[in-house]
Amino acid sequence: MTEATEEGRMRRDLRLAWLDLATAAKRWRLTVHLAWLDVRQRYRRSVLGPIWLTVSVAFQIAAMGLVYGELFHQDVSHYLPRLAFGLTMWGLISSMVADGCMCFILAESFLKQEALPKSMFPARVVLRSLMVFAHNLVVLLVVIVIFLPLPGWIALLALPGLALIAINGMWVGLVVGLLCTRFRDLPPIVGSFMQVAFFLTPVIWVPETLHGKWWWLVSLNPFASFLSIVTDPLLSVPTPASNWLLALVVTLAGWTIAMLLFGRFRARITYWL
Amino acid sequence: MSRVELTDVVVDFPIYDGRSRSLRHRLLGLSGGRIGASAGHDVVVHALSDITLSLVDGDRLGLIGRNGAGKSTLLRVMAGIYEPVAGRITVAGRLGSLTNVTMGMDMESSGYENIIVRGLMMGMSRRETLGHLPDIESFTELGDHLSLPLRTYSAGMLLRLGFAVSTSLEPEILIIDEMIAAGDRTFADKAAQRLNRLTSAAHILVVASHSPETLKRLCNKLALLREGRLVEIGPVDEILRRYEAEG
Repeated sequence: MTEATEEGRMRRDLRLAWLDLATAAKRWRLTVHLAWLDVRQRYRRSVLGPIWLTVSVAFQIAAMGLVYGELFHQDVSHYLPRLAFGLTMWGLISSMVADGCMCFILAESFLKQEALPKSMFPARVVLRSLMVFAHNLVVLLVVIVIFLPLPGWIALLALPGLALIAINGMWVGLVVGLLCTRFRDLPPIVGSFMQVAFFLTPVIWVPETLHGKWWWLVSLNPFASFLSIVTDPLLSVPTPASNWLLALVVTLAGWTIAMLLFGRFRARITYWL
Repeated sequence: MSRVELTDVVVDFPIYDGRSRSLRHRLLGLSGGRIGASAGHDVVVHALSDITLSLVDGDRLGLIGRNGAGKSTLLRVMAGIYEPVAGRITVAGRLGSLTNVTMGMDMESSGYENIIVRGLMMGMSRRETLGHLPDIESFTELGDHLSLPLRTYSAGMLLRLGFAVSTSLEPEILIIDEMIAAGDRTFADKAAQRLNRLTSAAHILVVASHSPETLKRLCNKLALLREGRLVEIGPVDEILRRYEAEG
């Protein structure tokens, strides 16, 4: 194959990948509905319904806040809000990654019966994760009211941060979803990776406790950056510009990889199922 | 003007065993591990080979062939589910397929909710689907059951609902995989009527079936498939004779 045709093929792949994303966006109603059905599925497993998601998170935060606060010698009013934000944000991020692995595999019955845009399924995971995350807002609000000075307008900066996380969730879903469909031993590997990342990211510990040691663990860790751009505004702490920078670099790099990979293998997904 | 055109379409399915599905083995293979030799070669099934055919308005094509000849795969290629590995396909016109009418139904949601989702899946807006609602209600005769979750439905009721929604649009290009064997006598008659309306409204019809009666009734040409190859396209009677002669 000559270079010219190779390039032509890549251009065509990218155009089709883009078309797939555009079609999924145009048919957002279906995606939203599927995500909502997923959330409702979770309600059904419990007596308390939607409240259960909220209550379990509240208990987790309260218990961990007290025990870990003691362990790390932290003042509860300083530690607990950070833990509450950290845990809920991590829940959002890790569910986007973990469920992203299964986004195509679990959609087999759809993808094999109807010509639906493939990107609809990672989008479904992102939306579902956001919907589940929204259940925690009450808890976060209570934590803010009890422990924090009422945040000013600066707290609104958390919203673009959250949006950026969702945008990243989409490329992650495309990439891990695709790879996990082809290599079925990948989801557990991704799971362990996220487990390790959880401990290396300031979720249940606060960066100050490192006393400047291993600074790169916080400043070069994209997970830490994504946490910081959402939680800092809520804590009324200025977000370091480097965190926004790292988050944006990851977004760009991730989407580039995702488009190339999705462009190249999009049509293969149905064959791999 | 609707049109379906396939040129040298090839569909190969990779068959992965536990090994070739595994990233671990793939990596070992690359690094020259001993398993490399066996892990590197994927088994491929040639589902369709070099299919070339062209359909225009008025064409009613029946696909015939033994199990595994590639009928369903060909329908799925036309429906855009499988993009061919090689060759090209052009489809001009609004396409609708009746393959699995109960696809994507959620057992916990009510009949009404499922109607909306199915409509969305078929590319209708919520409002459009609601426009078809009276028709669907009267066709299914499910009455108050439509407000109940699907898990309370019998298999026949599910089928009625799926069939009613799936046939509520009149596609220009209609794809049918095996005639739907449907419930009780009265429903079967109603379903046949509704299907007739759809098949006669379609510009292009493609049906895969084993039943000579169905094919004679619906089609004006037949394509005989064997092991993923298009053996012959021709008049219905001629191809049927040839197929039966082959056994």
